[in-house]
Amino acid sequence: MKDNKYYRDEVPENNPTFEVDRRDFVKLLGGGLFIYFQLGEFLVGVAAEAEQRRSVPTDYNAFLHIGEDGTVTCLIGKIEMGQGIITSFPQMIADELDTPLESVKMVMGDTELCPYDAGTWGSLSTRVLGPAMLVAVAEARAVLLSLGAEYLEVAPEDLAVENGVIFIKSKKNKKVSFGQLTKGKKIEKYLEVKPKAKDYSEYKIRGKSFKHADGIVKVKGEAMYSGDFRMPGMLYAKILRPPSHGATLISADTSEAEKMEGITIARNKELVAVLHRDIEKAEAALFKVKAEYKFDEMKVDDQTVFKRMLEFPSEARVVKSSGDIATGKSSSDLIFESEFHNSYVAHAAIETHTALGFMEGDKVVVRASTQTPFGTQDGIARELGLGLDKVRVIPPFLGGGFGGKTMFRQAIEAARLTKITGKPIMVLWTRKECFFYDNFRPAAVIKITSGTDKSGKISLWDYHEYFAGARGSDTIYDVPNAKTTSYSARDIHPFLTGAWRAPGNNTNTFARESQIDMMASKTGVDPLDFRLKNLKDERMIGVLKAVADLFGWTPAKSPSGRGYGIACGFDAGSYVAHIAEVKVDQTTGKIQVVRVACAQDMGYCINPEGSIIQMEGCITMGMGYALTEEVKFTGGDIHTANFGTYQLPQFSWVPKIQTKILEKNEAPQGGGEPAIICMGGVLANAVFDACGARLYQLPMTPERVLGAIAKVK
Amino acid sequence: MAETIKFELNGKKVEIPLEKGQTLLWALRNNFNMTGTKYGCGEGYCGACTVIIDGEAVRSCGITMDDVAEKKITTIEGLSVTGKLHPLQQAFVDHDALQCGFCTPGMIMNAYGLLLKTPHPTRKQIIEGMEDNLCRCGAHTRILEAIESASKVLKV
Repeated sequence: MKDNKYYRDEVPENNPTFEVDRRDFVKLLGGGLFIYFQLGEFLVGVAAEAEQRRSVPTDYNAFLHIGEDGTVTCLIGKIEMGQGIITSFPQMIADELDTPLESVKMVMGDTELCPYDAGTWGSLSTRVLGPAMLVAVAEARAVLLSLGAEYLEVAPEDLAVENGVIFIKSKKNKKVSFGQLTKGKKIEKYLEVKPKAKDYSEYKIRGKSFKHADGIVKVKGEAMYSGDFRMPGMLYAKILRPPSHGATLISADTSEAEKMEGITIARNKELVAVLHRDIEKAEAALFKVKAEYKFDEMKVDDQTVFKRMLEFPSEARVVKSSGDIATGKSSSDLIFESEFHNSYVAHAAIETHTALGFMEGDKVVVRASTQTPFGTQDGIARELGLGLDKVRVIPPFLGGGFGGKTMFRQAIEAARLTKITGKPIMVLWTRKECFFYDNFRPAAVIKITSGTDKSGKISLWDYHEYFAGARGSDTIYDVPNAKTTSYSARDIHPFLTGAWRAPGNNTNTFARESQIDMMASKTGVDPLDFRLKNLKDERMIGVLKAVADLFGWTPAKSPSGRGYGIACGFDAGSYVAHIAEVKVDQTTGKIQVVRVACAQDMGYCINPEGSIIQMEGCITMGMGYALTEEVKFTGGDIHTANFGTYQLPQFSWVPKIQTKILEKNEAPQGGGEPAIICMGGVLANAVFDACGARLYQLPMTPERVLGAIAKVK
Repeated sequence: MAETIKFELNGKKVEIPLEKGQTLLWALRNNFNMTGTKYGCGEGYCGACTVIIDGEAVRSCGITMDDVAEKKITTIEGLSVTGKLHPLQQAFVDHDALQCGFCTPGMIMNAYGLLLKTPHPTRKQIIEGMEDNLCRCGAHTRILEAIESASKVLKV
């Protein structure tokens, strides 16, 4: 953590300008400096990941505007869901432009105002959009400097900029502000020759900690989430849901519901909704709808899914290969074979999926809790058969996303119902609906055959990943004979699955780091030494040494009885290493996490405190998938319906958390996800160190811990 | 004539028609447009809808309106009476004790209820008092610190 003296006392008056309506935008367009920008090249990688249905736009988008009052407006297609770009983006912009932080306003995710963006996920905002945006800002600064030179009748080289004011270096009182320069003008610049952004050594606002720009509105309860908007004539919709995935509606009798006062029914194909201005009346009416279904369910449940995964006809893809597996086997002194299982987990953001749809003329407008406003716009347009110009999506604040709000079914429902009725329709899912339609992190199986030679080096690594996703499946260790194979298939899951904070990587890092730990233990080497001995990547070695220092690691062969575990990994461009201390109650099987230390190398860190908050969040959230979170189901019937049967981390669980961000003058990397990837592995290794019991399945419930302990005794 | 229900909301006497089965959560959100009180689970597990009723932190999703007659209710919107942030709100800002912010009003109101009963709680008492309020982003450590620091300056 960087020095606290940089920590700002006052939160900047940087209220998010989510609510710019088009009249304001027209007013914005009235004057000032606009930087238009071609986003295409910066979005190629993003679009590939998103499997977007529209091609990457090649037109120019307004991206940055400097108003007549000096206000800098940055328009980006990303959204704010707690990850903190509403704070760190203004830092980058203000710093690059030499303007006060307070003068930067963010307009985020509005499909009508903001440039296209595939979605807010993958820790991509800072590392992928960031550089593109900074070039636009550098261009704006250059334009302002040339205007300033004209105004002050000197050469641009003679000028300097501070706090949004341009002045002559030798005569500080000869000056002009950004606002003065843009007043009464409309300057549009199309960025083609890309100016060079500032060097790290010139950073003044970046690299320092700032508090959440949206903190005050959030503590006052004034921050607007999708469900908080009200419109005249607005109706709540409660939608008929099947009892399970795989159930198809045959008939729905709404006659009893229709008798209730104020209730109207909206039907369109399979969509049956009861509408009322009072959400609870709508809910009560929904109970009166009688529906019949036919069932076609998969014969699988949370116990048998792993067997199914190994037997299922899947497509194998070699992700990476070096050397030769047979050679690796023959050169190994010890061979280790393991099979790891990971369960389905839910996103469980505290805000359920919500959307308010309404008509504006012939245009459908939807305020939706979505991580992908443009994807949502695509989805609605497709569903309703409308052009993109007839659909506008406005994302307000999101009450958590974690990948779950890349799915926007609720927004399509609101759009359909508002199109049918012509009225403003609020769709606010219950917790049960949220679990039912969640795109769960997939359950997965990992099979590893590895080996060590007589010198204690890893000589073999044959890694098979079934349905976890390939992210994070790389060996990371220096192994001469290594192969990673990824297996996938359609229709393996009885319900929707998808990206869950650091998709794939939680499962892969759990399996890999457990296997490494087993090899270290068997060869009698301290688990930190074993890793260092088998790593070549200096940055991975760097975070391991840093976390060892932070934690106060002393070498010992595992199991040492101390309950110390270690794990490391790579995600979203960043390196992370964790050490945890746990206590295992050997009679109840309950794990108490005492302490977690984490070191992260994320390149240059824009807002250190903001990044530390993300690391703490990852560690805390990660305890959930490691210890308790598991979706229970039989076929398409999801038994998990509320938090009573799905246990999120709670206050009493929270360990002492120690964090360190390595100071690096290298390109900024992702910070929202990396620190969660080690939590399964680091806690499993700590449990082994405490009691010698090896856990091969997450979550490590008391029953599974007791089972593993019984095998040791 | 329709039956009405009278109570005190954030220091003001209010009256609304009694709707059978209506919960306080939705009365606050829809009748009074006080949307700081959030729906998170509807069954009392998460605490996002926590308000104060007669000095006690309560989950408003489980309270029907006929239960609030003549009672005094404080919501996040009424926590600060000075125009400045309440010390608890200020402490949440100072400690950056939030991320997405959706659970935050419920956290603050539950903490307020805790401090009304136990003005100077130990860390253990804070943990016990906050245990059943859920935060998915993982701001727990900072929330505990914020409550601890607010308890030192707060005069209840």
